[in-house]
This record gives sequence, structure tokens and C-alpha cells, in this order.
Amino acid sequence: MSNSTDSWSRFDRRERLLRFFGLLAGLVILVAAWRAMEVNYGYAVTAPRELADLFGRMYPPNVGYSREIVGPLLETINISILGTALAIVMAIPVAFLGASNTSPNKPAYLLGKFIISFTRSVNVIIWALIFVVIFGPGALAGVLAISIRSIGFTAKLIAEAIEEIDRGSVEAITAAGASPIDVLIYSIVPQIKPAFISVATLRWDINVRASTIIGFVGAGGIGVPLQTEINYFNWEAVLTILISILGLVLISEAISAYLRKKVM
Amino acid sequence: MLTVDNLEKTYDSGDKALKGVSFEVSGNEIVAIIGPSGAGKSTLVRSINRLTEPTGGRVSLDDTEVTGLDKSALRDVRRDMGMIFQEFNLVERLTVMENILSGRLGYLSTWNAFRRNFPPEDIKRAREILSRVNLEGVENNRADELSGGQRQRVGIARAVIQRPKILLADEPTSALDPDTSREVMSLLTDIAHEDDIPIIINIHEVDLAVDYADRIIGLSDGEIVFNGPPDDLDQAARDEIYRGGESIADREEPSAGSSTGSDDVIAERGD
Repeated sequence: MSNSTDSWSRFDRRERLLRFFGLLAGLVILVAAWRAMEVNYGYAVTAPRELADLFGRMYPPNVGYSREIVGPLLETINISILGTALAIVMAIPVAFLGASNTSPNKPAYLLGKFIISFTRSVNVIIWALIFVVIFGPGALAGVLAISIRSIGFTAKLIAEAIEEIDRGSVEAITAAGASPIDVLIYSIVPQIKPAFISVATLRWDINVRASTIIGFVGAGGIGVPLQTEINYFNWEAVLTILISILGLVLISEAISAYLRKKVM
Repeated sequence: MLTVDNLEKTYDSGDKALKGVSFEVSGNEIVAIIGPSGAGKSTLVRSINRLTEPTGGRVSLDDTEVTGLDKSALRDVRRDMGMIFQEFNLVERLTVMENILSGRLGYLSTWNAFRRNFPPEDIKRAREILSRVNLEGVENNRADELSGGQRQRVGIARAVIQRPKILLADEPTSALDPDTSREVMSLLTDIAHEDDIPIIINIHEVDLAVDYADRIIGLSDGEIVFNGPPDDLDQAARDEIYRGGESIADREEPSAGSSTGSDDVIAERGD
């Protein structure tokens, strides 16, 4: 910093240099990454024409086909509900392990944190591929993929809610001679209930969207006919499916928003 | 009878909160523990039921030595000690009835606790206590709908339903206005007399202590510097508790009904 009293700067000389080279390095990485992609600009030029062409073949949507997708749509909803329910059952113990104030010891805490990060870091499509290999194609693989993928998210948010509880009532119930499990049931669970319902419905909403694409790798739901119709170039049927997915997602989002508002 | 013998607590930070405190409480005596902030009042009360784990000395309730019990035996002896807190420490999202009944959790199996399945005699007693603490009609309200005074009465009811052998109150009036504080103090004295149990009240309002307690214990810097009836708490004793014996001839005397503000000024010296 300058010694004079009338000048002041946010950063000193060394910090300014570091910031300059940091910015420069960022730009270099950006340019290098762009070049490494070897983008074919020719496709970009023809894109508007292709888009118009695709739209022309899609429109009008095949209304008669909509009856055939009722089954897969219901399967999608079932996968999302069952997957979320299973995820919650598995996430609750993980949440108590991964919350610093309820974890029994350090290794258990680290195990909880590990399960949370690991299940979250693998994409739902990859989980679906794994379970399709193990259980064969179908809704079971989808339910398992959705549930395993959801453990981390659900457990992490519930664990945060557990860490934010008011310790006062925990202490009071402990002082009355209650066991740690009684304290859990009587003080911690009521306190995390709103967060729990909000997390569960939010995750269900996310899982509805995830359930629409896992059919691409054979894990059931509306994604299965979608991929089939794309492969057969039945674009009018594809549009019907896309519209139905949009409707489903909007409805699930509305339900989840309503429920979350209700428990606050 | 509660016996505290040479109780010590040194926190991990190295702070010596209690430096060998000894006293006895029995009958239906109301004992007020007074002293400046940081004197160790709260640590003392919380060390009795081991919410804070003492680092030395002994606490005994009747023939049971509380210090040295394993977790399960500690839970059993905690059922005999009711505790009342400064911030009430209710489960805000549960009803008044559930909060009161939670005082019986030490006697309930986990499965029955899960199903909120309390025995009929507990429910009957909860209703009796509700009228005793003047809370009829609000049993199905959620705790967070009540006023501060009502919440503290729920806190008292939760402690009383335990059928404790002693009540511990940690600053029960600090979060309340002066009138409500007096209501709570007279409720506590009534309970001591009717149920014939002693109460240890940690309190910083000296005038409340003088008005309601049978005996006053003055704590200063982790040591008992006064132990006697309120009538003996003269100016010299107050100086000893709050100013380490230094006279305050040229300072304003904290008269009865003094604001907490002047207590805070005094408290700074005690820290």
C-alpha cells in the first residue's frame, strides 16, 4: 500500500499482476478449448434450413398416436414416484450419518459424506446403463437408476436441515432422561419435517424429468417410444411425445411448487 | 437431597468455570444462585444433570452418585431431575400437549414414543398440570403460537410431569418481562411447596432472588462467596459477589427493581 494518506488502492502491485495473469490464463484456456472442438461451421450455416425442414415434417402432431403413449407416460410417472420413494428410504439414514450433529462418529460421518458425493457425481443415464445390464431393460432398471442418483441430493439437503435444527429442545428432552432415539423422534424429526417434504417433492419433480430420458438406454418410460419413433423418422409421433412430456413436466412442477409452499 | 461436593469444570479452552463448588439442597427449599455473567451459574446448574460434563468433584441425588454413572443409568437419574430453560427449549412445531408429555419420554419405550402412545395416567396428569399452570384450552395449539410467559409455563409443566425429586431452572425469567417473571417465580415456589421438592434457580435479577428464594448462593469467578438466607445478603455480601469485595460507595446502588442494564455494567467486571 502507498504511504501517502491521500491515495488508496484496492490491490497492491503484486495482487494486480496476479489478477492480470489469471485473467490471461483464463482467456488462453477458453480459446484452446474452442479450437480443440474443431467445430464444423458449415453445419451452423445450414441449421435454420434444417430446423424449418424438421418442423415441417413434425407438424401436425399425430393425434391418433397419443393413445399409444398413455401406457409409457404412466410408466414414467410410476418410475419417478417409486424411484423417489426408494431414494428417500435410503437417503434418511445417510442424512443422519452425514450430519455432523447426529453422526455417531467420524468414520460414519465420512461414509455418509462419501455416499452423498458418489451417488450425486454419476449421471442418471450412466446409472440406468448399469442397471439395464444387471436387471435387463425395463422399468425396474429405471426405478433403481433414479433412486440411486437421488440419494446424494436428498440426503445432502436433509443433512443440512438436521445441522440447522435448534439444539434447545434436543437438550430439554435429553434432560428429561430420554434416549437418543426418543430425542430423534420427538425433537429432530418434527424440526426437519418441512425441509423433508420440500426436498422430497422437489426431487420428485426433478425425477419426473429424468424418467423421461432414461428410456433412451432401455430403462423404461416414455423415452423408449421416443427413441423408437426417432429411429423410424416418425416425426409427427415424436412431436406428440414431446408435447406430452412438456405437459407432464409442467403438471409435476405445479404440484411440487404447491406442496412446498404448503409446508413452509 | 442433592449434594454437590467440590464440583469443578474446566472447559477445553482452559477456562475454569467452577473451582470446587460444594453445597447441599433438601426439603422444599428454593435456592437461588446469583452472580455476574461468566461466574459459572449456568455451568453449575447444567453440571448437576450433566448436560455439561463436570471435570472434577461429585454430585449425588439421595443415594445415587450422578457423576460416574454410565449413559443408561444417567438417563434414569435424569428422570428425577426436571429442568427449566431460559429460552424454554420447547419443540416449536409440536403441540402444547406433546411438549408436556415429552417430559415422560424417559419412561416410554421407543416404539410407544414413535406412536405418541402415552399411558392414560400420563395424559390425565398432563391435563391436571395444564390447569395448574393455567394453560387450559391451549393444549392443542402449537408451541410457537404461544406468548413467552405461556411457553415458559409449558416448559415448567414438562418438568413437573416427570415427578422429579428436584427442579433445576437455568435463568427461567431472563427472556420474560418483569410481570411475567414474577408470575413464573411464584408458580415455581408454589410447585416447590405443593410437590415438596427443592428448586435450584439460577437467576441474575437479585431482587427476584431476594423476594422468592429461601436461600441464596452467590457465585463469583467459579467459587461460592455467599451462602445464606436472603436477609443476610447485605451490601457487603453483594459487593463480594459482584465486585470481588470492592466497595461501590461512589457508584449508584443497584436498588430493588434495578434494570438489567445496571446488572450488565456490573457483570463486565465479573467476566
